[in-house]
Amino acid sequence: MVSTTTADGPKGRQAQPLLIRLAHWVNVPLLVLMAGSGLQIFVAYPMLGPRGALYPWYPLQGSPPPTWLRFGGWLAGARHWHFALAWLLIVNAGVYLVYLFVRGEWRRRFFLPRRDLKNAVAMVAYYLRIHRTPPPTEFYNGLQRLAYTVAILLGLIEVLSGLAIYKPLQLHWLTSIFGGYDGARTVHLLGLVLLALFTANHLVLVALHPRTFIDMLTGGKRE
Amino acid sequence: MSDLVTRRTILKAAVAGAALAASGALGVPSRFLRAMGAWNQGIDRLIFAPDRMAPEPSLAEVTPDGDFPSYFISSTMPFPPANWMLKVGGLVAHPTAFSLEELQRMPRTDMRLRHHCVEGWSAVASWHGVRMRELANVVGADRRARYVEFRSFDNGYWSSWDGESALHNQTILAYGMNGDPLYPDHGAPLRLYSPVKLGYKMVKYLTEVNFLPDPTGGYWENQGYEWFAGL
Repeated sequence: MVSTTTADGPKGRQAQPLLIRLAHWVNVPLLVLMAGSGLQIFVAYPMLGPRGALYPWYPLQGSPPPTWLRFGGWLAGARHWHFALAWLLIVNAGVYLVYLFVRGEWRRRFFLPRRDLKNAVAMVAYYLRIHRTPPPTEFYNGLQRLAYTVAILLGLIEVLSGLAIYKPLQLHWLTSIFGGYDGARTVHLLGLVLLALFTANHLVLVALHPRTFIDMLTGGKRE
Repeated sequence: MSDLVTRRTILKAAVAGAALAASGALGVPSRFLRAMGAWNQGIDRLIFAPDRMAPEPSLAEVTPDGDFPSYFISSTMPFPPANWMLKVGGLVAHPTAFSLEELQRMPRTDMRLRHHCVEGWSAVASWHGVRMRELANVVGADRRARYVEFRSFDNGYWSSWDGESALHNQTILAYGMNGDPLYPDHGAPLRLYSPVKLGYKMVKYLTEVNFLPDPTGGYWENQGYEWFAGL
């Protein structure tokens, strides 16, 4: 099989190759359980900022996340789940990213400002009903590429800020990048909120375009 | 008839098999968590650098009096018995009981540190006391004692540490906080303090320090919290 690469990505390739589909669906329960165990951990101190100097801008000081969002039962249980599943998530992300780069998949998935910015802006204009038609799109539109790229960056930030909270002494150079322990904790929670917003948006758009859902199950036709 | 028996046997076997599979599946998460817990402890020990010192927070970061949380497991505030002494024993050349005055006559170490609680909060205070390393030298702790156990008069609260963390240069037996003698709610007359572990490892209301060949768990550790709990 001859595989040529165009500006838009590899030819003769399914929309969602097997490994990408696997990584995607492994991610679903892992992200849900990581969020749930993280929120259960947060219940023990549902505040942001150090003792005696809580951050005044955080509006939910002292209000714990609802029970149905939690996982792990209690603090120690949730910590064990969180620190165990984190490794699986990191391995899954590592396999996915290596595959993306080795197979050149990143070209049709990642946001490259020079290529995608105009398209992304046109897409926003379309969603805001400024334009009546969406811009011509080959595989993903610019806005999709931006969203998926930001989601991966958020994942990276979650891993780094998580490590910064986990080992604030052994990794204190990392912790200080996030403005110290309480800063890292805040970034970690904010990252979760943004990932949740991404996911909600993702689900709405998949519901509006069921074809993409089928592709993520079957891989889609070869081009 | 034999047909029926066979069918019933198959049905029973199927039900039993399903039940077994289900109970096996129920065991999978806990086995997975145990394995990953052991893995994480391995990482924890691996990345612990005995020579890495905790940075000193600025004076402005010190937590105001009353905002630094404290707790004990007894139903009321534990107070030391009359003639309180710290018994130091286990694999040591000279098992010794120290009075507070004797400990205070040993070289004093002062340090300002950020405290990290397993619950997720942090707070800053300065602590003063005697280095564990100093104490180990005085009693002649044995090289085979790779673990140190700390016991208290707070309803039996205890914890055990790996030797490297216990003898870290910033691990002290503190008899003072923020320039004052240790208050009863923070573990008077003597508590363990260190930047290398989560708060629950730092035993307050100390009565005993034992140098041992094996770890002996701990109050929270035996209920499911991580034993190493390094920071």
